[in-house]
Amino acid sequence: MTPTRKDTVMQPTSEADLAEAIRGANGALAIRGGGTRPLGRPVAGEALSTAALSGVRLYEPGALTLVVGAGTPVAEVEALLASENQRLPFEPMDHRGLTGTDGIPTVGGMVAANASGPRRVQAGACRDSMIGVRFVDGTGAVVKNGGRVMKNVTGYDLVKLLAGSWGTLGVLTEVGFKLLPAPAAAATLRLADLDDATAVRAMASALTSPFEVSGAAHLPGAGTFLRLEGLEAQVAYRAGRLVDRLAPFGRAEVERAPAAVAARWAAIRDVATFHGTPGDVWRVSVKPSDGPLVAARAQADAVQYDWGGGLVWLRMPEGTDLRARLGDLPGHATLVRATAETRARLAPFPPEPAPVAALASALRAKFDPRGILNPGLMAP
Amino acid sequence: MEMPIADVRVLNRRERLVAGLRAILPGDAVIDDVAETRAYECDALTAYRCPPMAVVLPRSTSEVAAVLRFCHDEGVPVVPRGAGTSLAGGALPTADCVILGVARMTEVLETDLDNRFIRVETGRTNLSVTGAVEEDGFFYAPDPSSQLACAIAGNIAMNSGGAHCLKYGVTTNNLLGATVVLMDGTVITLGGAHLDAPGLDLLGVICGSEGQLGVVTEATLRILPKPEGARPVLMGFDSSEVAGECVGDIIRAGILPVAIEFMDRPCIRACEAFAHAGYPDCEALLIVEVEGSDAEIDAQLEAITAIARRHNPVALRESGSAEESAAIWKGRKSAFGAMGQINDYICLDGTIPIGELPGVLRRIGDLARGYGLEVANVFHAGDGNMHPLILFNANQPGELEKAEDLGADILRLCVEVGGCLSGEHGVGVEKRDLMTDQYAAEDLEAQMRVKDAFDPKWLLNPAKVFPLAVSASRRAA
Ligand SMILES: Cc1cc2nc3c(=O)[nH]c(=O)nc-3n(C[C@H](O)[C@H](O)[C@H](O)COP(=O)(O)OP(=O)(O)OC[C@H]3O[C@@H](n4cnc5c(N)ncnc54)[C@H](O)[C@@H]3O)c2cc1C
Ligand SMILES: Cc1cc2nc3c(=O)[nH]c(=O)nc-3n(C[C@H](O)[C@H](O)[C@H](O)COP(=O)(O)OP(=O)(O)OC[C@H]3O[C@@H](n4cnc5c(N)ncnc54)[C@H](O)[C@@H]3O)c2cc1C
Repeated sequence: MTPTRKDTVMQPTSEADLAEAIRGANGALAIRGGGTRPLGRPVAGEALSTAALSGVRLYEPGALTLVVGAGTPVAEVEALLASENQRLPFEPMDHRGLTGTDGIPTVGGMVAANASGPRRVQAGACRDSMIGVRFVDGTGAVVKNGGRVMKNVTGYDLVKLLAGSWGTLGVLTEVGFKLLPAPAAAATLRLADLDDATAVRAMASALTSPFEVSGAAHLPGAGTFLRLEGLEAQVAYRAGRLVDRLAPFGRAEVERAPAAVAARWAAIRDVATFHGTPGDVWRVSVKPSDGPLVAARAQADAVQYDWGGGLVWLRMPEGTDLRARLGDLPGHATLVRATAETRARLAPFPPEPAPVAALASALRAKFDPRGILNPGLMAP
Repeated sequence: MEMPIADVRVLNRRERLVAGLRAILPGDAVIDDVAETRAYECDALTAYRCPPMAVVLPRSTSEVAAVLRFCHDEGVPVVPRGAGTSLAGGALPTADCVILGVARMTEVLETDLDNRFIRVETGRTNLSVTGAVEEDGFFYAPDPSSQLACAIAGNIAMNSGGAHCLKYGVTTNNLLGATVVLMDGTVITLGGAHLDAPGLDLLGVICGSEGQLGVVTEATLRILPKPEGARPVLMGFDSSEVAGECVGDIIRAGILPVAIEFMDRPCIRACEAFAHAGYPDCEALLIVEVEGSDAEIDAQLEAITAIARRHNPVALRESGSAEESAAIWKGRKSAFGAMGQINDYICLDGTIPIGELPGVLRRIGDLARGYGLEVANVFHAGDGNMHPLILFNANQPGELEKAEDLGADILRLCVEVGGCLSGEHGVGVEKRDLMTDQYAAEDLEAQMRVKDAFDPKWLLNPAKVFPLAVSASRRAA
């Protein structure tokens, strides 16, 4: 069967179709989930959409496990889980507002980007919740790794390798996740008027408490925010204890209304303060206590700290080479929003040390010997 | 267990090779005395033994790099070793290999409480990582039962788990960075105190690669603030179906215990006879532990016991004190020791989807009867990781083989119901030849390509993980 073509987009309707399309390809393929995101180095190639590889394959609430087709919209998954009071632990962002794109973000795109939100500090990254993948590599071979069980060390962990590989090792067709119960209650604590360095110290104090803080963000001018989640009684108790613990940093206000707490963290997750603004957006990951140093060196137009200071979102004048400003600070800077010209000039992905880059290209050559899967997208 | 024939081209050069190792390492770091190398002939899978050609015990990453470069250039296989507690034969030598042990690399290199990480040399034992930060109120979460002895090196190579991984994850979820030496002596650093480096997740694939991609010499590990307290509840049921349903209901209710441990009747009886923990004599026993302040624990245990009551437990014992908690855990923690007292045993490690538990237990019983052997089950019920213990008598000729055959049948059953061969112990040599039951040729090919990229000459930890026939052409090249 030949893959369905929609306009000029190839849209295989089954894994076998996809394998055939890749085997038969005679040039580069630009892989798309929801196609919502012009990211990384611009890729020239025939568009290949995974949108038709969608649907829930298995959902076992009592086992906290879910397996879905890679083309499934993230929103559909989230709605399904909410109906059982469960959720994806890593809180993936909706990046459409930030990048000014539209479309429907898919599970495959989320996984290919290893996208994780504020809860990363407590529940881990997208890759930490992944328990299995199926994918088609650049030779058209169908490969599975991991599966539907939570603990699995049988053979090498290709699940991790595929997470964050941006479609350059294979096109995902199916992904398995372990889930978490959604908490009955949540609260946001807000400290006002802290400078960046003090805010990072306050967040460190919260994150090193036994109260399982599941979000720690600082929005200069708006406040320093900490999230607690759990049973009703638990959240009340922890909020009280945390307010006491943070007393040296000021008196924290506590927000308990569920809608307000959810809205606050959705805005932090999606970097709402940068929406509709001009300039490039960078995402810098460092040791949390280095966060303020990033801002100081970057001289950005605007800054938002997440992950206790370890994730710094920066809005920069168009075309600025942020990495040159940051110098030798351990960590990495990724260009998330910029024009195609800027993305072609400034590597969106940070350069890697030579021996690491050599390993990465050896792996790509093994999985995609013809170099047809999103070629060059991750190139430094 | 079949192992490849030792390479005579290596063995014939033995003296020259040992002299070469002595030239690059301090004198006491190279062992080739036949009596002394015997100490390294096996790991905790003691049924298989083979003394190595030589053992090296370097003290630094640069010494490790020098050894690997030398062995690479000379075409000598290298088997990395931590504390030798692998239950899968992961550290089993070949006669022509150099064992590279990291046991002398035990330093804490950096502790950063505010940023919640510790950087250690990988020869350090799991428990002593927690030991280094305990006074400050922190701990390192993955806690294999072997934690007093096993090293972070082996934990990373096997992606080890523990009783508390339902809440805290396994090694890979708590590993932030590593220094790795490749077979040709190249030193790379991956990750660090920051999170989620873009680029391919090489750290993620090295974790769990059973010492076949590189030698890990340093690790940056997540440390967590200790919870205020923890308390278990014990519940007994008169069928494993009901116990299984109870586990599902607890999880669906939105409570995430730190541990849910399951024991069946043969296991309960053996533990009771050994440890006198006061366990009820019933079909299935669960120990469920939750964490938090006293009030938080009360709230969670109240919800859990309410669920348990709906399943008509034959016993329900909530701990009210540290002593009672210890008593509840006492039997479970002595399970392996108790079994070891009465029998030889093989400990399996398959994982199954939780919903399959009752059916799988029934079929394990049937299989065991078919072989005329007894199986006791103890396992991490929250995540489906089973540890069936096959009891046999090693002094009786043929019993070990029979027990191994039963083990293979049970692991195939785990795969058949949607699970896997190993939840936390790794493949090693033990499960190597069953890999084709879980993976198709393309799946194994994809994994072997990763090995090709990291270790093109296939010299690191040979003859593990991949069936010999499957890897033959690569190993010969
Ligand atoms: C540098 C960078 C950092 C980001 N960081 C975050 C973050 O921290 N948190 C967050 O939530 N989001 C982040 N994003 C956004 C993330 O990309 C989107 O959440 C997600 O990719 C959108 O899904 P989509 O289906 O629209 O993807 P698309 O825009 O269609 O594709 C995204 C990428 O994934 C690939 N891809 C899509 N489907 C598959 C598949 N089935 N198999 C293989 N590859 C596939 C595409 O080729 C493309 O490279 C980041 C994006 C970039 C560029
Ligand atoms: C009584 C008992 C209880 C156990 N309980 C558990 C448990 O609860 N959970 C669990 O997961 N496991 C358990 N195990 C298994 C075992 O302890 C783990 O697999 C452990 O991680 C092995 O660590 P080690 O340092 O002893 O490694 P070793 O046995 O020395 O080696 C294990 C593997 O790691 C490789 N390796 C060693 N050092 C390095 C290095 N520096 N770089 C790269 N590769 C290396 C070896 O080549 C080998 O493949 C148990 C074992 C015993 C004996």
